[in-house]
Amino acid sequence: MDAVRNTPAEAAPRKQPLSDRAKAERRLGFWLAGPAFIIMLAVTAYPILLALWDSLFKYRLTAPDDRAFVGLGNYATILTDGLFWRDLGVTVLITVITVVVELILGFALALVMNSALKAVRGWLRTAILVPYGIITVVSAFAWFYAFDINSGYINSWFSWVPGIDPDLNWFADTWTALFVIMASEIWKTTPFISLLLLAGLAQVPGELTEAAEVDGATWWQRMSRVIIPNMKAAIMVAVLFRALDAFRIFDNVYIMTNGAYGTEVLSLLAYRTSITRLEIGMGSAVSVLLFICVIIICFIAIKLFKVDLSGARGGN
Amino acid sequence: MKSSPVKRRVIWTIISVLVILYALFPVASIFATSFKLPSDLTSGTFLPTNWSTSNYEQILVGDAQGLFLSSLRNSIGICLIATFIAVILATLCAYAIARLDFPGKKLVLTTALGVSIFPVISIVTPLFNLWRNIGLYDTWPGLIIPYLSLTLPISIWTLAAFFRQIPWELEQAAQVDGATTWQAFRKAIVPLAAPGVFTTAIIAFFIAWNDFVYGISLTSTEAARPVPAALAFFTGASQFEEPTGAISAAAIIVTIPVVVLVLAFQRQIVSGLTQGAVKG
Repeated sequence: MDAVRNTPAEAAPRKQPLSDRAKAERRLGFWLAGPAFIIMLAVTAYPILLALWDSLFKYRLTAPDDRAFVGLGNYATILTDGLFWRDLGVTVLITVITVVVELILGFALALVMNSALKAVRGWLRTAILVPYGIITVVSAFAWFYAFDINSGYINSWFSWVPGIDPDLNWFADTWTALFVIMASEIWKTTPFISLLLLAGLAQVPGELTEAAEVDGATWWQRMSRVIIPNMKAAIMVAVLFRALDAFRIFDNVYIMTNGAYGTEVLSLLAYRTSITRLEIGMGSAVSVLLFICVIIICFIAIKLFKVDLSGARGGN
Repeated sequence: MKSSPVKRRVIWTIISVLVILYALFPVASIFATSFKLPSDLTSGTFLPTNWSTSNYEQILVGDAQGLFLSSLRNSIGICLIATFIAVILATLCAYAIARLDFPGKKLVLTTALGVSIFPVISIVTPLFNLWRNIGLYDTWPGLIIPYLSLTLPISIWTLAAFFRQIPWELEQAAQVDGATTWQAFRKAIVPLAAPGVFTTAIIAFFIAWNDFVYGISLTSTEAARPVPAALAFFTGASQFEEPTGAISAAAIIVTIPVVVLVLAFQRQIVSGLTQGAVKG
């Protein structure tokens, strides 16, 4: 069941004082798992500690001699700046909307793949995997060029829709720009959610659904009373991982608007502060704040949904 | 559900076509754009009026060649090395987790999980400064090391899930039948584990290939800049010309290997992605 628990066969019979064999096995375990563990710590824990340290200094790469300890001064500056809160708002908005839409769309796609005719099932799965495999930057460019006022065809295709005309510049207004950014994000990552949900669907006991059908339950009743409750774990895992991922959104925004017209997100703020403006101290503080936000999301998810994180694995 | 088979067939065909359209349309869109001439770019049509390969010529043999081909070389090299290191380390680690009894298994898996939800941008800021100081900025190792934060966690999780399903008793059975430990491992376990390792490598490679934040932050020249970053920094043939066509052509070229891999290994990729992901 749980991917993390030790296999029962190994856990059970070894309670006595360690035999030489068990000691040797332990040592081998450390030697085999150790390198991966140490590298993971080195490539993440070390940089974040460094960021914590750097964030306490006023430190610009262009004026290295002015480096001075300011304590939590950088944090005070950021947290009292409206820009940070506006970027946080945009990030949260993008996260909430994309996750909700992806969950609905991903579930629909999972249902389609689950009950499609055998002949097309393979085709559907392959097609669905294409957006997953494509580089986010490529997908961002595809959507950008389609909507762009110069090279796009969307304006001429949808000119019959009120409000859309050849002069509509999608990327010059917060809401239309966010719409395209979110659409491309949704297109790119829904496959991941739907594959997870498809795996979840496969774990709903078939007898339960059949019994409900025999008892005369409608499609909707079977969905809401039998299937969805039995997939709760899969749904929670999918939502949590997509939420964490959406919260880090960067590529789409960078390519399409570069944060202009009120579309800046937190990742972009961190990037702009440290890499573009070389304000290492301030940028580190934004990075740390972003990190804290991610931890808060995890914490809320664990409390709220009672997800056992250790039983789940994400990634995109 | 009680409708006639023919009607059911028609409905399913329509749904399938819609799903495939949804999945492939943006790709088709950038594909069409990549064949447009500059004069055609603003026509507002989906398909080019004149199909032209000039964009491909520009990036493969023309003036944008250096920029594109060097980034392609960087991406392939850096991603392959990062994938290779990650898969080797993850195979050892996952084998230990699935097969050996030692304290700290859960800690390793939890760490992997923590690393995979880590915001990349939080790592990039300190690395940017550190790499500049120790000379790793704009070098291959300067990207390979941070890429391990992307490839290693997912490799460990995917492989641990694969390895748990291997019937390890086979090894003992082979030993009982007279094979040495090494023979038993090689003949009985390696063939069973190989598909999992291979699938993991593909998934890890996808993830490294997709990176953008490290790519634009930790490189500055053609020495190490990977494809996604190069796409973002493409400029047109002249400063008055939008690089739309060239970017689209480059995007199609870097998408082809992905689509080929997906087509060839879709079954393995799906099982790799979902195994161990939703088993709570």
